[in-house]
Amino acid sequence: MSPKEYKYTREHEWFGPEPENTGKTGLTKYAENQLGDIVFLDLPAPGTQVQQFEKMGEIESVKAVTDLFAPASGKVVEINTKAVDSPNLVNEDPYGAGWLVKLELSKPSELDALMSSDAYDKYVESLSQESSQ
Amino acid sequence: MTKHYLLPDISKPGKIGCSLPELDVPPSELPPENLLRKELELPEVSEGELVRYFIALSQMNYGVDTGFYPLGSCTMKYNPKWHEDLPKFPGFASTHPLQPEDTAQGALQLMFEMQEYLAEITGMDAVSVIPMAGAHGELASQLMIKAYHHKRGDKDRRKILLTDSSHGTNPATASMCRFEIGMVSSDSEGNVDMKSLNTVMDDSVAALTLTLPTTLGLFDPHITEISELVHKRGGLLLGDGANLNSLIGYAKFGDLGFDCIMVNLHKTFSTPHGGGGPGSGPVCARQKLVEFLPAPLVASEDGRYRLVAPAKSIGVIGGFYGNFGVLVKAYAYIRSLGAEGLKQVAQDAVINANYIKEKLKAHYYLPYDRTCMHEVVFSHKRQAAKGVNAMDIAKRLLDYGLHPPTVHFPLVVDGALMMEPTETESKATLDEFIQAMIDIAREVETNPDILHSAPYNTPVRRLDSARAARQPDLRWQIGETKTEK
Amino acid sequence: MSSPYLPNTDADRRAMLREIGVASVDELFRDIPEKLRYTQFNLPAPLSELELKRELRKLAESSANLEDYACFLGAGSYRHFVPSVVDHIIGRSEFYTAYTPYQAEVSQGTLQPVYEYQSLVCQLTGMEVSNAGMYDGSTAAAEAAVMACIVSKRNKVAVLNTVNPTYREVIGTYVEGRDLAVETIGPDASLSRDYACLIVQQPNFFGCLEKIEKYVQKAHDVGALFISIFDPISLGMFRPPGDYEADIAVAEGQPLGIPLCFGGPYLGVFACRKEYVRYIPGRLVGKTVDVEGRPGYVMTMVTREQYIRREKAISNICTSEALMALAAAVYLAAVGKRGLRHVAELCYHKAHYAARAISELKGYSLVFEEPFFKEFVISCPQAPFKISEVLLHEKIIGGLDISHVIDNGMLFCVTEMNTKQEIDRLVEVLSAS
Repeated sequence: MSPKEYKYTREHEWFGPEPENTGKTGLTKYAENQLGDIVFLDLPAPGTQVQQFEKMGEIESVKAVTDLFAPASGKVVEINTKAVDSPNLVNEDPYGAGWLVKLELSKPSELDALMSSDAYDKYVESLSQESSQ
Repeated sequence: MTKHYLLPDISKPGKIGCSLPELDVPPSELPPENLLRKELELPEVSEGELVRYFIALSQMNYGVDTGFYPLGSCTMKYNPKWHEDLPKFPGFASTHPLQPEDTAQGALQLMFEMQEYLAEITGMDAVSVIPMAGAHGELASQLMIKAYHHKRGDKDRRKILLTDSSHGTNPATASMCRFEIGMVSSDSEGNVDMKSLNTVMDDSVAALTLTLPTTLGLFDPHITEISELVHKRGGLLLGDGANLNSLIGYAKFGDLGFDCIMVNLHKTFSTPHGGGGPGSGPVCARQKLVEFLPAPLVASEDGRYRLVAPAKSIGVIGGFYGNFGVLVKAYAYIRSLGAEGLKQVAQDAVINANYIKEKLKAHYYLPYDRTCMHEVVFSHKRQAAKGVNAMDIAKRLLDYGLHPPTVHFPLVVDGALMMEPTETESKATLDEFIQAMIDIAREVETNPDILHSAPYNTPVRRLDSARAARQPDLRWQIGETKTEK
Repeated sequence: MSSPYLPNTDADRRAMLREIGVASVDELFRDIPEKLRYTQFNLPAPLSELELKRELRKLAESSANLEDYACFLGAGSYRHFVPSVVDHIIGRSEFYTAYTPYQAEVSQGTLQPVYEYQSLVCQLTGMEVSNAGMYDGSTAAAEAAVMACIVSKRNKVAVLNTVNPTYREVIGTYVEGRDLAVETIGPDASLSRDYACLIVQQPNFFGCLEKIEKYVQKAHDVGALFISIFDPISLGMFRPPGDYEADIAVAEGQPLGIPLCFGGPYLGVFACRKEYVRYIPGRLVGKTVDVEGRPGYVMTMVTREQYIRREKAISNICTSEALMALAAAVYLAAVGKRGLRHVAELCYHKAHYAARAISELKGYSLVFEEPFFKEFVISCPQAPFKISEVLLHEKIIGGLDISHVIDNGMLFCVTEMNTKQEIDRLVEVLSAS
């Protein structure tokens, strides 16, 4: 269900590895769906150092605000300015055109702490079951 | 549907909406050019056009005078019409807050008596009528609590405890006072989980804030235990009195263990809501907190009324003495009903809410199937299985000519529908509402799609909130034409 | 007990109790600990509308009101003309019995006027965006100070010493409540880079126009925000905050169609630069379209507010003064471009006529040389409280006694409501005393 080539956090971010220890991150479909229409992205400026699992930004929808956590430690090299201008991209294509931040990893081994797409899908399913009790 | 337009669309140079006198004194030299403005661009409309414009807008609005308005914890009760005449008496409307106290005794007396009545009703020792809304009263309360602990030499109590069903103003106020927030969970009955409270209530806690009855409309029967535990560990019990409509005449917050509580005159005491104010949120305190109340209070000395500052007041929180024009109406309400009438208010409010609860529980999921107080909270759980949420239900109710209850709050219930009928609704109105809700529940079974695009019969239909947030258009500018279809 | 506000009869109650399944209403209050139920409430016996109205009328009449007395008192609350059309419009119960417009589809009557109000405030002030209003001028100033700290990530607030002293206190309560610092500074003080903002009142508490560019420069030179506390009527004539590069502009909106009413309800006006829009406290109404493309209005950017952001909200404000904002919008639309200018000019010329006449009296002098608008400080030949007594005797409410800051100082206010006869009589009584 979720892209196999990505890895996932418990806070519903995905990470897509790219050459030279870089990669992009964004919100998963589950997160985008929970938030509803996304209206504003508060992303860290390029050059910012981030730590794995610490807050690096905020995503606002019409009815909610959620923190954006770094999936791994490193430096922000680029942010998706197209999405900043048109936050609806995050709703429309969360895994592709709706990417948020490109990182240069400082500790690539940290990726081992993230979930595979199968594990993430199971995790999301367990959450959905919990909430329907 | 009438054509939409804004003031600039009917504005034309040369029009004016009121008449003003000419200058009757010799003019003086104008100030230097560099202090003056070059242009002032405001609309120019005639009085009649202005009146038609606003009347047309009023006819698109739904208020308590239009129909049933069961917003939970807002207490949308009927506003007695003669109260509207009172703030217009010259001795109220045309008094300046800074005129010599001896010339404002009538106004000061009314404020003093309000302080007394509210203290009596809440079982507290002193009251400040200054806060201009519940949130303002909450700010005062938390500042008072901070001051109280500082005076005791205890600077380590940096936390306010809240329950998971608390109103958003509670944590927001804590931030305004630099308090951290600790959470207390509720149990399956909707009451405070005593185990949870026992774990988090320690000497880092300044106070527990409790809404009673809770935003679930439930009265926590363990209130005395809660109060004892909090006090034993050196904390204070702070109340959000938004739901006083269920207790008035039946119980006093002071007796229940609260040290400080804010009440909402625009809720319990029937002053009009105004579309979002003016309100009034007096803060009522027990003896140990009285010296910290915001300044000034009205004191009575030898039959004269004076403004005085409490000894260790947290200071001034507003320009003058609160929303006097609102106090006048609440005063009249209390004097019209008396103790017996206020008790009848609570009884009828509670009967009405329980009646709705009984009639709807077969159709909507009731997370807490127990006696409720003045409001009842349902969940959209059954309807969610058909892809319909609380918001959709609310929108469909608009087509039935009724204002929906509060939806999606409190957060501790999934898809909450929070209904507070108040005592000023007749059984006939309640039956109409109940029938509409039952009809909607049936629609969800047979034709759920119809709810997703509701409402159909309102002056405007569902509005694009995403667009409003993504491309904020917060004002017009003179020169732009706005007339659209 | 029967009451016009309790529509259910005993028969109704019995029927409902039967449906609920309890024998008596007291059973519904079972959750209240028994010892604490049925408390005695010591309140006066109820009275009918007729009796109570009579009593309240007598109570009101025991105060001196400004329809019988001439008034030369201002200092934050002002006697201005309220065209009747304002009261007639805000007296429509479709407006005043509504609440927070959660269901926008049936609340366009609440929402569209707020959009108009926001627009009118921007037109008046030259600022880019306005919120839907706050409690009053003093709390608007306080919340502006806090917002400046949050936006600039700094912890200190500077307030000029000519700002209304009550406002300085309220700013202090809010700022210090957040464990931030506030400092009152003099005109020649310098600011360092740890100040979040500089707050100046224009015209100031004494009625004088400050050399505002000097203070704006002082703030901007250290990267601090400039906050202006303005008088809305003064903007009928004087340079607006947007023009002199204020970052946030706040005011007491009471002069705009709202009666004195012994201090409230009033209206906090709050406007700022567009770049700070995500930090504005209070409500914002935005224009959008519905599913049929029809223009409509909604509360927007609600994630700033307490019910979403909870502990991360900039402010806890929920209910504000919506009906007073409606009054202000109607007022501004009624007076319009030419009317507001005319009202400002009436205030200006009458105040200057009065100031000149009083300062020509023996022992009286105008304290400040700076240009002023509708308020001015007079140094009196004796203690102001004595002068007040004499004036009261003649059914005149004199200026504010500010002798604790200015020797024998009295702060007078003259508006379009003061006739030439009233002013001449004031001068006459002062000269005779």
